[in-house]
Amino acid sequence: MNELQELYREVILDHNRQPRNFGEIDDADRVIDGVNPLCGDRMTLYLKLDGKTVEDVRFRGSGCAISVASSSLMTERIKGASIDETMGLFEMVHEMLTNDADEPPDELEKLVALAGVREYPSRVKCASLAWHALRAALTGADHEVSTE
Amino acid sequence: MSAAVKTSAALAPITDIASLRGDFPALRQRVHGHPLAYLDSAASSQCPQAVIDAIARQQSLDHANVHRGVHQLSERATLAYESARERVRDYINAASEHEIVFTRGTTESINLVCSSLGGRLLSSGDEVLITWMEHHSNIVPWQMLCEHVGARLVPVPITDAGELDLEAFDRLLTDRTRIVAFVHVSNALGTVNPARELIAKAHAAGAVVVVDGAQAMPHKRIDVRDLDCDFYAFSGHKMFGPTGIGVLYGKERLLDTMPPWQGGGEMILTVDFDRTTFNALPYKFEAGTPNIAGAVGLGAAVDYLSRIDFPALEAHESALLEHATERVAEIDGVRIVGTAAEKASVLSFVIDGIHAHDVGTIVDGAGVAVRTGHHCAMPVMDRFGVPATARASFALYNNEDDVDQLIVGLRQAVELFR
Ligand SMILES: Cc1ncc(COP(=O)(O)O)c(C=O)c1O
Repeated sequence: MNELQELYREVILDHNRQPRNFGEIDDADRVIDGVNPLCGDRMTLYLKLDGKTVEDVRFRGSGCAISVASSSLMTERIKGASIDETMGLFEMVHEMLTNDADEPPDELEKLVALAGVREYPSRVKCASLAWHALRAALTGADHEVSTE
Repeated sequence: MSAAVKTSAALAPITDIASLRGDFPALRQRVHGHPLAYLDSAASSQCPQAVIDAIARQQSLDHANVHRGVHQLSERATLAYESARERVRDYINAASEHEIVFTRGTTESINLVCSSLGGRLLSSGDEVLITWMEHHSNIVPWQMLCEHVGARLVPVPITDAGELDLEAFDRLLTDRTRIVAFVHVSNALGTVNPARELIAKAHAAGAVVVVDGAQAMPHKRIDVRDLDCDFYAFSGHKMFGPTGIGVLYGKERLLDTMPPWQGGGEMILTVDFDRTTFNALPYKFEAGTPNIAGAVGLGAAVDYLSRIDFPALEAHESALLEHATERVAEIDGVRIVGTAAEKASVLSFVIDGIHAHDVGTIVDGAGVAVRTGHHCAMPVMDRFGVPATARASFALYNNEDDVDQLIVGLRQAVELFR
């Protein structure tokens, strides 16, 4: 069960049970849908931007524990962060999920809980769905993003 | 050519189904430190040693292109390829080897019928009748065709148990119905459809019938003449053969009238720049160099299945399904999806509060391979209001130990997510 416990850390299970920032933002500046065709996971991300910072962020959707917890942890981490920092976090998370070698940087804070996913290649997409949606929203894409 | 058929038929049928497990080398391995409990045969079944050996022999000594070759290896390859066709014909009791077209699999078989026959049969206002429990491969090609010609795709609904609503079938089958396409055994639900009855009704209404037999082949002895279907599509990799090879059975009378669907080598008699004359059946539908080793492997799989006593096989699988259903249903928060009276050994389920993908990953940790997701049957998932299910599917080589291992894995999942 060891690798499994690495994957399903308490933080992940907790955020799956009680996702933070779950819901919609009525006057969102950006709304973007993400799909993971492999799982049928779907999420919608709502962002309220205030010039250079993420003023508010919420999400809706259904998916596996990894995708829900990743979305929840992401919203918690980026709320109030600058857009530059948020884009930097995207890169760090991406690196952590796909690269075995490095210790995840401290800036990731609680997001390091997602590190166990890299032992499960088929689940990396579950963890990265929210992040791809986020990047698309911040770079101004207005279409659906897909992990494929 | 049919020497292999004769020898195998001469042996007594195998009734001790449990003894077959030893024929499958893949099942001897350990996964994550546990013996492998392979419960994903509905996606792809494992190959017995006989199939692996047949492919290896073909590739080692007889690898050459088929037809037209005058040298020894080409003759051997041609003989092996055509003898595989003959064994498949014999196995499904088709009237002639002209009726056995080798394809890449079920998907390609359905697409072949769709593109070659569909457009000639359908015009604006006509209908294609399918069911709510189809695999995407028996939905999307028809949908594309219907859009193209302005016809209508009509799905027959299913009941809460996952059975076809037969009253609705009768109602929706009309004089506008030109084609009836349905799955013999549902991959997502396990439901076995009353194929003969549906085929007879469709014929009475003047429709052509295409049956998706992908999931029926590993569980049932199919006799296409007894069924009287016009087309029957199946895949090698779901019946203990390799991937990349499948069959379209079609009645010769229909195949004869159908134009080729792909052009190229093998499917022609003569070519000049004004005109091409097409080859005879079944070659007219086999453009390009075929999957020779695949066909040989499928032939070996058919030989393997020919030796098995199917009543014994069905008894083995239904006892296993019953046992697994009981044990899985005991787990907290489980809901079984698909409870048809006539069911093949496919067990789809969801667990409250645990997404199917998490279930799949956790039981994999216990050495158990199950499939999770929508099983290429999104309308079925919508019908039951779930995004995905976990599916354990049982084949002739599975036993109660596999079920026990699944239960261990499921209990771990429930405990972790409790
Ligand atoms: C019922 C059914 N039909 C069709 C298919 C498609 O088969 P293939 O992918 O081999 O073409 C499958 C395989 O998943 C199936 O289960």
